[in-house]
This record gives sequence, structure tokens and C-alpha cells, in this order.
Amino acid sequence: MSLVRRRPHFSTVMLIIGLLFLYLPMAVLVVYSFNSSRLVTVWAGFSTQWYSALFRDQQILSAVWTSLKIAFFAASMAVCLGTVAAFVMTRFGHFRGKTALSSMVTAPLVMPEVITGLSLLLLFVQMAQLTGWPADRGASTIWIAHTTFCSAYVAVVVAARLRELDSSIEEAAMDLGSPPLKTFFFVTLPIIAPALAAGWLLAFTLSLDDLVIASFVSGPGANTLPMVVFSSVRLGVSPKINALATLIILTVSLATFLAWYFMRRSEAKRQQSLKQDAA
Amino acid sequence: MMLSHVTTMLRRWQLGRRAVVAFPLVWLLLFFLLPFALVLKISLSQGAVAIPPYGPLVEYADQTLSIFLNLGNYLFLLSDSLYVAAYWGSVKTAFMSTVVCLLIGYPMAYAMARAPARWQLLLLLLVMLPSWTSFLIRVYAWMGILSNSGLINNLLMGLGLIETPLRMMNTQFAVVIGIVYAYLPFMVLPLYAHLTRLDNSLLEAASDLGSRKLNTFIKVTLPLSLGGIIAGSMLVFIPAVGEFVIPELLGGPDTLMIGKVLWEEFFLNRDWPIASALAMVMLLLLLIPIVWFHRYQSRELEV
Repeated sequence: MSLVRRRPHFSTVMLIIGLLFLYLPMAVLVVYSFNSSRLVTVWAGFSTQWYSALFRDQQILSAVWTSLKIAFFAASMAVCLGTVAAFVMTRFGHFRGKTALSSMVTAPLVMPEVITGLSLLLLFVQMAQLTGWPADRGASTIWIAHTTFCSAYVAVVVAARLRELDSSIEEAAMDLGSPPLKTFFFVTLPIIAPALAAGWLLAFTLSLDDLVIASFVSGPGANTLPMVVFSSVRLGVSPKINALATLIILTVSLATFLAWYFMRRSEAKRQQSLKQDAA
Repeated sequence: MMLSHVTTMLRRWQLGRRAVVAFPLVWLLLFFLLPFALVLKISLSQGAVAIPPYGPLVEYADQTLSIFLNLGNYLFLLSDSLYVAAYWGSVKTAFMSTVVCLLIGYPMAYAMARAPARWQLLLLLLVMLPSWTSFLIRVYAWMGILSNSGLINNLLMGLGLIETPLRMMNTQFAVVIGIVYAYLPFMVLPLYAHLTRLDNSLLEAASDLGSRKLNTFIKVTLPLSLGGIIAGSMLVFIPAVGEFVIPELLGGPDTLMIGKVLWEEFFLNRDWPIASALAMVMLLLLLIPIVWFHRYQSRELEV
């Protein structure tokens, strides 16, 4: 161990600067949510009045509920769709339509939102003309739109796990006479479950966060949280939004911390059992 | 007897296989590919005062079948300098933001990949956490920081460094800052994934053979992380070209971007055919980057 302090590496300095750049603006949001003044940039004393104002705002509260419902169902459907797509891509070898499927699975990852939103709206309008469904656009059309783009993210996450996974376990099960469907549900699924959970959470946050696509495909009935927040912030800064931002940041940080804690614990356990096996 | 049993099993298996493939394939054909065909169709129709606001492409009257392909929308886009300027503005802004993201993101990912193993997960979560909060609210944060009575101006004026507030809000600068801030995690993630996979023995071999650090970086590390550079850059550049929220909240009249123009044509002017034509041209513009990203990504997905 050398006692001479080394000059920190350039990249380490950049990492610290980069993290400060990512976190300082969020810290500013949090600090000013406790400001008693309506002006978001002048500090006038500590107050929690914007939080009580937030909880009295019926429009925001009902938008939160709408968004949570859509995100829950969109993430669940996206996990089904994305997992099947990932499984087909990694385990089925060659089949007709593989190129088409692989192009369409990853394309939504980089498609500009305005194009996705516009194209889906035109689809829903044409479908309503031809079949009478959807008569009203709203939560159900947002659900379809979110499921479609979220399944791309799920597919990438699950495919990464499936590639790492040794397919010889699945082959062994099938050699012993387990039918493919049973093998998938009792062998493959339990092993890739953590990736499914990660994909679900990612899809859930993506759906909660989407403004542009929802704005295109929504109807007069359904206002999601980003739509309400957007119509408020385009008029200027408002401390109520800071309070909302603080709550969102707090929730996400807590969830991330828990995920980190459990991942670390399971990793430590795995290391320990490896040591015991070796002994 | 036994043989027929096996063939029925095989046939059932083939059928099941086909059904499993069909589920995602049909969903994506219906809700991803078909919508693009409709955008193309509407972009070739004439605007009309109707619900929905466009005219038909095919009409049958007086025993004649007429097909209208109206190229007027595309010609209009070319003739009006507003649209050309908006496309150019989008590409320019997205390119600048991508370069800045790469310059900040590469060293960050490099430091993360070199960090002790027990730190890496924590650092990765720290970089990704902001992107899990709310895009809209993170852009909104900069409104309070950059505005004339915002944090930076208050600070600089308080220190007596400037007399009048610097105009940062509603400028190109603000839009680039916003895009870099919002998309930085998506640049760092693929870079980090590539840099951790880098075989350390290659770097040791280079240094054993007397290569200087910078030389090793340029000749070994950089080429081996090229896949990450491409993926990260495309993940920033392509969505940034079509970005709407950031130019709307942080940009001004001089920061014309195509996503915002499309939004206004659609929601304010209710000109669906022009909005569709704008989307088609944007897609054409992004075709090469998208195909590039796709080829890289599908390689990752299949191998």
C-alpha cells in the first residue's frame, strides 16, 4: 500500500462532474419545493404548504390514478409480449418472419415519439371508421400504444438474460420428456424471473413518464399525469410541481435503494455458498 | 401406431411453435408496421374540413375508379423555408447534443468500468436513476435554473459578476443542455456495457510491448468500444431529432425543431396530411441511423 496520494484519473474527475451535473438540478427542485414563496427562485423560508396544495389538487390526484392504472396494465402486457418475442428470437433458430420480427422488436427503441404517436393515432382513427372500435380514444388506446413501445425494452432486457442462460438445462428437461410448454414454465421462467421483474419495472416507469405518445392517442376523457404536468409547466414554474417532483424522486430513489440492497445481499449469499461448496 | 403418435406430437408442436411466433409478430404488424403505412397514405391525401380532416385516396363515382395521389404536401414542405429550416435545426441540435453527450459520457463510463467491482453496481444505478424519475420534470428543473430570474443569474448577479441577467432560457444553448441532461444515461449505459467486457489482458499486453497509455487508448480501447459509441450515439441522436418537449419548454423562436413543428401542425392547425408528410420525411432522414442501430442491436439480440 503506497502512502503517496495519486493524482485522480481524468475519467474519475469526469465521473464526479457528470454525477453532479445529473443530480444538482434535481436537488434544486427538492430544495425549492419547501420554499414558502410562490417564486421558485427566491428563498423566503421553509414551508410545506405546496405539499398540502398538491394533495388538494383533484386534477393531479385523478391523473396520478389514471397513469398508475395504465402503467400497470401496459407493463404487464409488455412483459408477456416482450418475453415471448425475446424467447422466439433467441431459442427458435430460423423461422419465417424472423427478420421482420427482429426489425420491429427493436425499432421502437429509437423511433421519435412524435412519429409513433401520430402513426398510432391514424391507425385508431381508421380502425374506428372501419370497425367502429375504438369509438372513444382514452385509457384503452394509451394502453395499446404503451404496450407496443414498452415491449421493445422488455424484449431487450429478457433477451440479454436468455443469451447468458445456458440452454443445456432446457434441453436436458426436454430430453427427459418434458413438453416444450412445460419446460418453458417450469425451467426457463423461474431462471429468467429477475429479468422479467426488471423489464416490468422499466416498462412501468416508461409508461408513467410518456407525454408525447399519450397526447396523440388520448381522447377527451383520459388525462395522464405527464399531460397535466405539461399543461401546468408550459405556463411557467410552479412550486406545486416541485413538490410533485420531490415525491417522484423520493419514490424512485427508495425503490432503487431497495433493489440495490437486495441484489447485494443475494450476491453475498451466492459468494458464501460458493465458498462453502469449495470447502 | 407409435409412428402416428410421434407425427401428431410433432404436428402439434409445429402448430404451437407457429402460434408462439404469431403472438408478437401479429401485434407488431398491427400496431407498429400498419400505422406507418397509414402515415404514408394520409401524407398523400388532401387536407379537408371534415372529421377526420383529410380527403379520400380512392373514389368510385360515375363508373370510374379514381385514385388521388396528392404530392402537394411534399412539394409544400420543400417550398416553404420554415420546414427546411426546422429539419436543419433539428439535425444540427441533435448532432451537437450527441457530441457533448459522448464527450461527457465516455469518460464517465470508462471510470465506472475501471472502478472496484463492489462499486460498479452502485455507480450504474446512480447514473440510471434520474432516467427513471420523470423526463418532463427533469426538463422543467432547467427552467428554474436558466431563466432570467433563475438560479444561475441570481448567483452571478449576487456575486456582482454581471449587471444584467444573461439570456440563457429560450436559446439553442438551453435546448442542447436539456437534451444532454435528459439523454446522458442512455449514452453511458451502452458504453459501460462495452467497456466492462473489454479484456484487461489486451491492455496489459499493449503496455508490456511498450505502448504509451494514450496510444493504447486510441489503438485498443477506442476501437473495441466502437459498438458502444455507435449504440449510445444513436440512442441520443435519433430521439433528439424528433424531440418535442425540450424545444417547447426550453427553446425559443430561433430554435426551430421538426418535432415541435409537427406537433403544432397536428394539434394547432389540425393539418393531418402535412403532419404526416413531415413525419415521412423525418423517417427518411433517420432511415440510415435507424438501420445502423438496428443492425447493431439485432446482432446483440440474436447471438
